[in-house]
Amino acid sequence: MRSNGRVRDGSDIRQSLTLPIPGHFVPGMGPFPLPQAGEGFLAFSRDTSRDPVARLRQSEHASWSGRILAEADMTTVELEVNGSARKVESWDPDAPLLYVLRNQLGFHGPKFGCGLGQCGACAVLVDGKLARACTVPLSAAAGRAVTTIEGLGTPEKPHPVQAAFIAEQAAQCGYCINGMVMATKALLDSNPKPTLEEAKGALAGTLCRCGTHVRILRAVLRAAGA
Amino acid sequence: MTALPHPGLTRRELLKAGGALIVSFAIGAGRPAQAFDAPLLGNAADIGKPLALDEVASFLAVHEDGSVTVFTGKVDLGTGLRIAIRQMVAEELDLPVVRIALVEGDTALTPDQGPTGGSSGITRGGVPIRQAAATARAALLKLAAAKFGVPVNELIIADGEARMVSGGGRFNFGQILEGRRLALKVDAKAPLKAPPTYRVVGQALPRPDLPAKCTGRHVYVHDFSVPGMLHGRPIRPPAVGARLVSLDEASLAGIPGARAVRIKDFLGVVAEDEWAAIRAAKALKASWSQGQGLPGSEGLEQHVRASAVDHDETVAKRGDPAAALPRAERRLAARYFWPVQSHASMGPSCAVADVAADRATIWTASQATHKYRSAFARILALPEDKVRLIYLDGAGCYGMNGHDDAAADAALLSRAVGKPVRVQWMREDEHGWDPKGPPQLIELEASLDAKGAIAAWRTEMWLPAATKGMPNVPLLAPEAAGIKQELGLFAGLIGQNGDPPYAVADMEAVVHWLKETPLRPSNIRAPGKIANSFAVEGFTDELAAEARRDPLEFRLSALSDPRGIVVLKRAAELFGWTPRPSPNPERAAGKPAIGRGLAYVHYKHNENYVAIAMEVAVEPGMGEVRVRRVACAHDCGLVINPDALKNQIEGCILQTLSRTLHEEVTFDRARVTSVDWASYPILTFPEVPAVEIALLDRPELPPFGAGEAATTPVPGALANAIFDATGARLRTAPITAERVKAALLGH
Repeated sequence: MRSNGRVRDGSDIRQSLTLPIPGHFVPGMGPFPLPQAGEGFLAFSRDTSRDPVARLRQSEHASWSGRILAEADMTTVELEVNGSARKVESWDPDAPLLYVLRNQLGFHGPKFGCGLGQCGACAVLVDGKLARACTVPLSAAAGRAVTTIEGLGTPEKPHPVQAAFIAEQAAQCGYCINGMVMATKALLDSNPKPTLEEAKGALAGTLCRCGTHVRILRAVLRAAGA
Repeated sequence: MTALPHPGLTRRELLKAGGALIVSFAIGAGRPAQAFDAPLLGNAADIGKPLALDEVASFLAVHEDGSVTVFTGKVDLGTGLRIAIRQMVAEELDLPVVRIALVEGDTALTPDQGPTGGSSGITRGGVPIRQAAATARAALLKLAAAKFGVPVNELIIADGEARMVSGGGRFNFGQILEGRRLALKVDAKAPLKAPPTYRVVGQALPRPDLPAKCTGRHVYVHDFSVPGMLHGRPIRPPAVGARLVSLDEASLAGIPGARAVRIKDFLGVVAEDEWAAIRAAKALKASWSQGQGLPGSEGLEQHVRASAVDHDETVAKRGDPAAALPRAERRLAARYFWPVQSHASMGPSCAVADVAADRATIWTASQATHKYRSAFARILALPEDKVRLIYLDGAGCYGMNGHDDAAADAALLSRAVGKPVRVQWMREDEHGWDPKGPPQLIELEASLDAKGAIAAWRTEMWLPAATKGMPNVPLLAPEAAGIKQELGLFAGLIGQNGDPPYAVADMEAVVHWLKETPLRPSNIRAPGKIANSFAVEGFTDELAAEARRDPLEFRLSALSDPRGIVVLKRAAELFGWTPRPSPNPERAAGKPAIGRGLAYVHYKHNENYVAIAMEVAVEPGMGEVRVRRVACAHDCGLVINPDALKNQIEGCILQTLSRTLHEEVTFDRARVTSVDWASYPILTFPEVPAVEIALLDRPELPPFGAGEAATTPVPGALANAIFDATGARLRTAPITAERVKAALLGH
């Protein structure tokens, strides 16, 4: 993983479609190593050298403790979210995109699940590619187009993928469904007619705890027009 | 997102003068089905709304436009209760479901119908509300008859209106009431609709919450905020029970607005910005005392077997197995073990608390807002009527996960800083500190008679004893903060279904109730009964194999309950069961071994009947198990909503496959070490089998819930299928590839 806080070259981004299940057995394929954060997704990393906390501690501002947020040095980042240009200010430019989306921009569709890139509950699209917002530094999203589940459709006018999930009643608690819908959108963008096994592979890194898997898979195939 | 006590809901005053239950807002019939808005009502006491369990108006409010709001103390944990209760009310009132709003689990507005657990949402939530609706219907008909000036029998109610049979006038419920209040006791004898006439109950209506859930608009407690709210994170010690020795608040330097909160050994941070709170929780330097109080998960089985017994209880007995067993010629004995497991919710627990000196409001995903209202009143030293808990959806919990602890964290932090505080746990908090499903050890002994039938049977279970009179599972934050609460153990009704459901002349099941268990326990889905059924159904299969009898025929011949016989036969039919003894005689060298197994349960011996058959493929070299397909027959009495029911059954099956194949909480002497999805793996999509379900609807019988029963036959069916495939008997969960491989080598 490069440390420039940028998206890695497309060449070394593994298609989530063919992602083996980290740490799990795939029949005929043997066990795989435990997951690396962001595996199978667009990968980003933090540039720790510009961490405001570390910088401030090394500087004359070491007595900064107790300063309120309004007094913090803010970095402005421009990005596009769901088709609109947005300018966000953050005291930590490497804060995960997830918190910016949820708390500053009000997009609550992406959920905090693990903060480790293991579960997929926070999935968004960055420049059309699946990414885990809990591991994307805000700075890495600068100048990019971010799509959240809210950007796909609404309850009244759902996106075909969302409509398929609703038609199949493919949720229980629904906390993971953001990841399921976004991973399905990314799958169908690259493979409009996946087989059942391909659908399973595409969702391998997105976890569901309620056991709604059967319906979710039906929803993926329905969205593909199968 | 706007901040409203009921998020996303219409903030309108609804009451007219005089405390009438006629309300002024409209739930338009033309709204989309997902817009099941509920009103903001304020405190029940302020508006004269009763909460008593015997008052119709505790459960139902009729609005001016004829629509109805239902109030229930039960909550929808992703289970479909939200549509099921509406259907039950719609059926009795002849009112379209889209004209019914639902308020769940708000202690100020809903009657206390007990915690939402034990599959009780329908039986102890929906059924009483159905009776209230039937009472209301009879009253509305009488009032309408007076209004029309005709006998009741010349009226019908349809589509939320009273109409003359002969045609002519029609009045909706609001017009019938004319501003009067439905001040009625629930009439236990109010006539219910006859099942053959059902038009709404039994329909696969879509769940109202799914359009918002699938488009990112549903407001979970995680998404809720109030003005001026801070973000908080608790900091748990590196060892269970460790004391906070010292704190270096200077370690928060550079994190804007972050401050530490210490109350004795309770430690947390708050900040205006959530990311700042997270960084502060990581950065804060604290030194803790050592803790070595846990036994460690290595060798836990032996630890449980050697644990101090509080008392023994014989939970089932027929005949004299102690005398019969030694006489038998063919005897078998086995030991089964189930590890500590986590609820492992997808979303770490979250709550928002606004605690002032004289009152507290807590938004929580608790399964038991009414029960924990009392708990929070004690924790915060406030009168109960000054504490309000408002339910908001969380991530699926499957029992008491961390949600009540997160609420306590938020409450203590909010009181300390004088502002509303939102707490969301981190992943390692949820995996590490949610109360756990306790380990279960089960030993069995049985004998076969000359005909190869079960002659005598004994079960012994080693389980943690519930502490008598303990009002709730003790919470982490008050314990650390030195706030007095009753301590002890509770894990639900974990001693059930340890006795076989089959005809055995001499049979006994005994629980050795233990004084302690490692890690704090709580109820986790189908408490205790998954492991107990694993043992009973696995051991039944061992006996069938010993008798060289087909596992289905073996069970059927020992079963007299007709509903049990039906589900077993139906599951076998759905699966395509071929009678023969296990193990499978056909085994091709070098290829995956294929096997099938089945298991049966009569849940708690008085609720649902479930039979599950499944087919597995076992890799001979690696020991990996792949479940290929599952067939389930399910009888829970009256079916309210067949699709929501199937969703629950599928969840029961897949989640329990996950628990059986993968899940074990590991811990050392100090703390839990399986604190993420890599160290506590769960089922993933490539492992998902084909699942077929047959529902046996029994409209003439009462309905039972379905959130638990179908979990219980899963591990037995799986272990039996592995035995059929390989001849190796797995008696310890999780049934990992390593365990299967070891069993194959040892066989």
